[in-house]
Amino acid sequence: MKNKITIGPQHPALKEPISLRLTYDGDIITDADLRLGYTHRGLEKLAEGKSYIQNLYLTERICGICSHSHTTAFALGVEQLMGIEPPKRGTAIRTIIAELERIHSHLLWLGVAAHEIGFDSFFMYTWRDREHVLDILESISGNRIHYAINTFGGVRRDIDQDQRSTILEQIAHLQKRTEYYLNLGKTEPTLTARLAGVGKLSKEQAIDLCAVGPTTRASGVAQDIRKDDPSLSYPDVPFEIALSDTCDVLGRVVVRIKELISSYTIIEYLLKNLPDGEIRVKAPRKVPEGEVISRYEAPRGENIHYIKSNGTDKPERLKVRAPTLANYPATVEMLKNVFIADVPLIFAAIDPCVCCAERVIELVDSHTGRPEIITMSQLRTEANNYYRKKNIRNKEYLWPW
Amino acid sequence: MAVVKTLLYLFVYPGLLFLLLYSTFCEWVDRKLYARFQNRIGPQYTGKQGILQPIADFIKLLVKEDIVPEKADKTMFHFLPVFGITTVMTAGLYLPLWNVSSIVPAYNSFPGDIILVAYLLSLPTLIFFLAGWHSTNVFAGIGGVRVLTMLFAYEVPLLLAILGPALLAGSWRLAEIARFFQHHPSLLIVNIIGFFVGLITLQAKLERVPFDIPHAETELAGGTFAEYTGRGLAYFRLLTDIQMVVGAGLLATVFMGGFPGGILLGLFHFIWKTLIIIALLSLMRAGYARLRIDQMVEFSWHWLAPLSVIQLAIVLLVKGAL
Repeated sequence: MKNKITIGPQHPALKEPISLRLTYDGDIITDADLRLGYTHRGLEKLAEGKSYIQNLYLTERICGICSHSHTTAFALGVEQLMGIEPPKRGTAIRTIIAELERIHSHLLWLGVAAHEIGFDSFFMYTWRDREHVLDILESISGNRIHYAINTFGGVRRDIDQDQRSTILEQIAHLQKRTEYYLNLGKTEPTLTARLAGVGKLSKEQAIDLCAVGPTTRASGVAQDIRKDDPSLSYPDVPFEIALSDTCDVLGRVVVRIKELISSYTIIEYLLKNLPDGEIRVKAPRKVPEGEVISRYEAPRGENIHYIKSNGTDKPERLKVRAPTLANYPATVEMLKNVFIADVPLIFAAIDPCVCCAERVIELVDSHTGRPEIITMSQLRTEANNYYRKKNIRNKEYLWPW
Repeated sequence: MAVVKTLLYLFVYPGLLFLLLYSTFCEWVDRKLYARFQNRIGPQYTGKQGILQPIADFIKLLVKEDIVPEKADKTMFHFLPVFGITTVMTAGLYLPLWNVSSIVPAYNSFPGDIILVAYLLSLPTLIFFLAGWHSTNVFAGIGGVRVLTMLFAYEVPLLLAILGPALLAGSWRLAEIARFFQHHPSLLIVNIIGFFVGLITLQAKLERVPFDIPHAETELAGGTFAEYTGRGLAYFRLLTDIQMVVGAGLLATVFMGGFPGGILLGLFHFIWKTLIIIALLSLMRAGYARLRIDQMVEFSWHWLAPLSVIQLAIVLLVKGAL
């Protein structure tokens, strides 16, 4: 007997609206399908009407967790168009914030994954540790989430000697905690029982389906933009790409924990070798004509920004490809032939950020089932006609008070 | 006098009132311990240290709107939670709490009552299944099926585990089993494997982590209780609390020597013994991740069932040696 089950758009396991349409037989999923478009925000269109410096703060709001990744990708691209380069100290501070963000994102993800498998104690532990990172970020930038540290030509705030020592202390504490988590898998049988062998994605599949970030690194593909296309201070910092060849959710957990540890070493190294000098250079208001693609390794994977400028102070086109979107095809593959119980975990394992990935909506005629392209003015006329026909002067539609 | 005593027994102690209050207290202990294990504080504001929080939650749920799904069977939907509470409360009456005289046992004690209590404690499982089934919701339906699947896995080890002490005591009457172990406390150690099997299966019966598979919120959005709101949900939560107390009481009677010494001393014994069991259950809840249904069934039949059989063998050997 084949049954259909729809998880989402509203479901406790999903933090953001997306619809997973699953066909199941008993307790096993036979087919999976994803439906997006519940939180389209029209962000790219919005960016075309704003100046570059305004867009810096707009791109920060693409994501609530990897906010720095989006501004960094955007700033790197625009700086390339402007032909300026931030000073060494500014770049180093950018890198420190980027790594702190990676720690905060991965700790958050570990908690979410633990919650998905009903291990709430682990969830509480990691989120408590995450507070340390947020405190550090607040002490540097003044904000816990939207740090707004980037500006064209450098960063907005410096790190002083006092901050440096407190950050090092906190990082040492986090390092100890993370090593404890790494050992937890060895001593806690139910944790490994739920994670191992779940959501298989082979190395070939990961490459074919263009998976990014920890998802692909857990399948043994050594792909990391910090190494492949290095920017910021990454060429100067010694670190290894975290890899795992188990190709399952356990591997994704291990990769993220390893990345946490490598992030600690990067931050320690940078703080101890923080270059002297200015933190920013002056940037022009207008950007010369041109186009650029900038890539950056966000905590969730490769983040791509495409910027086209026309010589004014506003971009002609901004295109954002968030890492989650790149991981969807792999997710559909991973969701096949698994237990219903593992669906939330597998979906959570790509660390989905649904809102970040929503770039387009498709209008489908419900009668014919054919997709349509409609201009804004057409849509407006249609909406007006709809309500005119509905006769809104009817009592039913009046505001009751 | 007998009538007064019966009424007291039914409605005050250990009947309705005591079970209601003590189960909310136990829920508070459980929540507080669970929170401390997780590096949290737990309920804090209602009453001293949040001790009234479970009662406040219960009252709050009672006043919430009661929504019944359109296609659900309305009678069954409303009737099931009440029936569930009745079964676990009835089971609570058979715990040997107030059997002062050992020569004339109380009317609620008869040979075989251990089976009756085990049976009454199993009924809620069927009720959960029916509740899920009658909710006409996909998630609730899957939850209901999982409830039954789990029942087949843990019921046999649980029964075998509690039968060990009964065999050793040579009686199927709870009061007599308790009295036997009160006279021979050293023999309690024989049943140690059975105690832990009983503890784990009780956790499964109560559907708590790692066995909260039927109503896993991140998978099934509440599973069997997905469609229950307001009163129905309040009763189901109360049911689980009372089931926890009665289950802990059953384990305490069988494995920890019961509750000797009349009303007051017996009450004292009841409280500390059940609290130990509840603390162990909370520890288990904090320390593990949720298993999958197939892993749970496998664990039950590969580990729990053989262990309980080994326990029975040990009991028989010891009994032969005595």
